[in-house]
Amino acid sequence: MNRTFHNYFIYLLAFSSGFSIMGIELLGGRILAPYFGSSVHVWGSIITVFMLSLSFGYLLGGRLSLSNPSLQRYGSIFLFAGLTLLPLAYFATPMLEFVFDNIEDSRYGSLVASMLLFFIPTIILGMISPYSVRLLVTSQAESGHVAGMLYFVSTLGSALGTLATSFYLVLWFEVNTIILSFCLLLMVLGTLAICLYKMEFKDAHMQIQS
Amino acid sequence: MHICKFNHKLLGLLAIIFVLPFSLQAKVIKEERSLYRNIIVEDKGDIRCLKFSVKRNKSSQSCIDKSKPKALVFDYTKYVMSSLLFNPSPKRVLIIGLGGGTLSNSLLELFPEIVIDNVEIDPAVIRVALQYFDFKTTDNVKSHAQDGRIFIKRAKRKKQQYDLIILDAFNGEYIPEHLLTKEFLEETQSLLADDGVLVANTFSSSKLYHHETATYHAVFGDFYSLQKGYNQGNRVIMIPKIKPSNAELSQRLIKLEPRLADYNIKLMNMLAFLEIEKLPAEEYKVLTDQYSPANLL
Repeated sequence: MNRTFHNYFIYLLAFSSGFSIMGIELLGGRILAPYFGSSVHVWGSIITVFMLSLSFGYLLGGRLSLSNPSLQRYGSIFLFAGLTLLPLAYFATPMLEFVFDNIEDSRYGSLVASMLLFFIPTIILGMISPYSVRLLVTSQAESGHVAGMLYFVSTLGSALGTLATSFYLVLWFEVNTIILSFCLLLMVLGTLAICLYKMEFKDAHMQIQS
Repeated sequence: MHICKFNHKLLGLLAIIFVLPFSLQAKVIKEERSLYRNIIVEDKGDIRCLKFSVKRNKSSQSCIDKSKPKALVFDYTKYVMSSLLFNPSPKRVLIIGLGGGTLSNSLLELFPEIVIDNVEIDPAVIRVALQYFDFKTTDNVKSHAQDGRIFIKRAKRKKQQYDLIILDAFNGEYIPEHLLTKEFLEETQSLLADDGVLVANTFSSSKLYHHETATYHAVFGDFYSLQKGYNQGNRVIMIPKIKPSNAELSQRLIKLEPRLADYNIKLMNMLAFLEIEKLPAEEYKVLTDQYSPANLL
């Protein structure tokens, strides 16, 4: 498989993960509003939890990239991210009811609820950026350039994800439909990455044999 | 001599021309910043208004007439008060959205025994209402600084019931989206006592108007509404749990009219605008917690 295509594919995946992260963060406000309102402390809770979990995700993603980095493992991060987002669509209501019943103060209520809903999937999504850098960098000299390009692409994805979700998607679809689409997107991309890995593996094997 | 007299007249005239507008010009007497917006209290002659400033726009939220403290200034507050036709002696009242507290004050005056929960998200608005609008709180009339949706959800858990629920949390430019969904209206409905009435002050234009109609319809079926004209200014939606007969309505009208006249409410004229809204033939999507782009429509 062509190396340029391989790299473009990774950039596309990083873009999509940035797109999904911010799309989901924005929908977070929608999901929490019926229970905790939509005032500044609800947004404060959501942003705090996203930043916190992303930071852990970066750390873990970097750690994971140390041992046997491969497109296959990269793809499985996407699959896993999609899976951990599913409860957001199916179990958000009982989780929110539980927090609402147990915590009177809507500031801490919204913080705990955001934690329960977003902490794990966002950690997983955060692992993607450092792992992408590991897959793209081939020499020390270009590492800064690759990292810069990657931040550019994934943050651009975040910007567009925010815009698309807040301006259009919520106008066209239900919240759960949008979340399930993000899940589907991530899982399809993860599967593609794994397939690509298998194909490249086969190619490499044939080259050695011939 | 003649000229002199003329000059005096001219001077007087000039004084009237120049001074009068100044004395009637709005004077900002209080500015308060809050987490949500800037709040301004403005005096113009005897009229004092509570305004929210959003950028350069100022929208009046609530006004009082200092020379006639009982008189309601805004039409929509008169519409809201005329909902007493549907329950002429409410004992427990829930008001979402305080403004200057005019509705709460008027109800307390009319029914001194009344119990009112005023819910206002912005503590600064409550402060200003108490200080500048003579908003009266007592053991029975309380103010809660909370999001309306949260208050209603908690009240539902506690199985509280109200005879009159007034939703007044809408602002011409902004509608809290989670206060205009089917789920929210269902939660509100569950707080209505057997002879309870829900009154909602809405200000909707464009497409949202129809979505709003569809949403209220989905929860309550046909409802009463009061508005001056289609898509013009406020529409006050009124939903009594028990629909009164025409005979009952006219009986109550006779009793209430003189009492409400003190508040500058001409109940008879109000009735001319009252209509029953049926579901329009055109299909509009019901707003739900899952689909609530109220501010995008």
